[in-house]
Amino acid sequence: MSELLDKFQLYFQFPFVRYALVVGVLIALCSSLLGVTLVLKRFSFIGDGLSHVAFGAMAVAAVVGLTNDMLLVMPVTIICAVLLLKTGQNAKIKGDASVAMISVGALAIGYLLMNLFPTSSNISADVCATLFGSTSILTLTQFEVWLSVALSAVVVIIFILFYNRIFAVTFDENFANSTGIKANAYNLLIAAVIAVVIVLAMNLVGSLLISALIIFPALSAMCVFKNFKAVTICSVCISIFCATAGILFSIIVSTPVGPTIVVADIAMFAVFRVIGAINSKRNKI
Amino acid sequence: MAQISCKELSIGYESHIVAEKLNFEINAGDYFAVVGENGAGKSTLIKTLLGLIKPLSGEIVFGEGLRKNEIGYLPQQTVVQRDFPASVFEVVISGCLSSMGSRPFYGEREKKSAKENIEKMGLVGLEKRSYRELSGGQQQRVLLARALCATRKLILLDEPTSGLDPKVTAELYDLIEKLNKGGTTVIMISHDIGAALEYANKILHIGAEIFFGDTSDYLISEIGRKFTGNGGDENE
Repeated sequence: MSELLDKFQLYFQFPFVRYALVVGVLIALCSSLLGVTLVLKRFSFIGDGLSHVAFGAMAVAAVVGLTNDMLLVMPVTIICAVLLLKTGQNAKIKGDASVAMISVGALAIGYLLMNLFPTSSNISADVCATLFGSTSILTLTQFEVWLSVALSAVVVIIFILFYNRIFAVTFDENFANSTGIKANAYNLLIAAVIAVVIVLAMNLVGSLLISALIIFPALSAMCVFKNFKAVTICSVCISIFCATAGILFSIIVSTPVGPTIVVADIAMFAVFRVIGAINSKRNKI
Repeated sequence: MAQISCKELSIGYESHIVAEKLNFEINAGDYFAVVGENGAGKSTLIKTLLGLIKPLSGEIVFGEGLRKNEIGYLPQQTVVQRDFPASVFEVVISGCLSSMGSRPFYGEREKKSAKENIEKMGLVGLEKRSYRELSGGQQQRVLLARALCATRKLILLDEPTSGLDPKVTAELYDLIEKLNKGGTTVIMISHDIGAALEYANKILHIGAEIFFGDTSDYLISEIGRKFTGNGGDENE
């Protein structure tokens, strides 16, 4: 045990390890906050689609040679989020189909661009890093850390301030509209916040695995808890716990960070599922 | 001055008119039933009254101090709600949001109003239960309590009894009647023509022909006799 602690102590002397942990926890916090709303509104896949858009945008940024790719990736992702939600409402192409179109389209274009205009000699490693976030969490600059802190703060504040209205819009859009809450405006707000979260989360788990961060904690919490507040709080706790555990585990055993966190989330889901099943059986007796 | 009066109202969506030349008034204390065949425009009329879609022409005038967002709406249930993790109290209090302006959190007044309406709908003891675990009738009462949090003046019910068994249906109608007797105006959209004739004092029939007037006049009108299929003698 003391050997393990020594190992942690050694690792935590490096600033990049501390950065990774701080940013990891913040991302886990933000992504799980909106997960409940997304799952309930049947938007789970939008996270996935948007993350592919972010991948495409990142490829473009790399090709153009932007030093700070966030400047391009963030607005493009937000715009796509807004477009996806807009088309979802009065759709010629149904919501899920347009998400699928945009997501694979962005993926293809991104990879194509990276191959046509290679910026480094090892393209497949680059692609792999963007898709699975293998090392980017450990190579964060101080600026990126502060940016993540600021954006997470914004996400959390928005969520808390609008919590009651987000609940109303998620539960019943028609009723919310009839009482004068502009449901569409809140949908757009939710979309924009998701886009921000996704761009942040790309650093942690890479663009292919982001939806896992968003939906698993929410689904786990929904197995056990039965009111909105408890589900939200519980999913935040699960998400932070899994992210911390995943990062620490991957440091010791040197597994890739992103997939380790996701596996932790999956394990947690299994545990909560079992607890939920036991609870409902007990209630029936 | 009526609470809601519609003049030469045409409703529908951009491309096509669903119903036109609607003229009617809803007065305080009315029990107003909207009947008609499927596709006659009942749902479109609701959306127009709620301000979710704009009327194509004509006008809707709100009177007697009724503001547009003071209609308590009881919508039909959506798929999303069936597995939604929310407690009864959370759902009911969300009806209070309309009167809160830009305040982000609920205060004492909202909590009190939610408690009162939970009591009124006979839901005491269920506050912490999950909405998705309730029976259909209980769920409707929760949504009704939420509508009452939004307003005491006028409630708009969209097929309130669809999917409920006869006993629960009767209970719900009783509850609505009580609210109406207490001074709340009720607008009800219904397939259940029997109940509409029994409880409502005003009927709006929309479709190829339009009727608006007292329930007793509806029963002897030609259109009413055709629709109720009874020659106009008695209900049923």
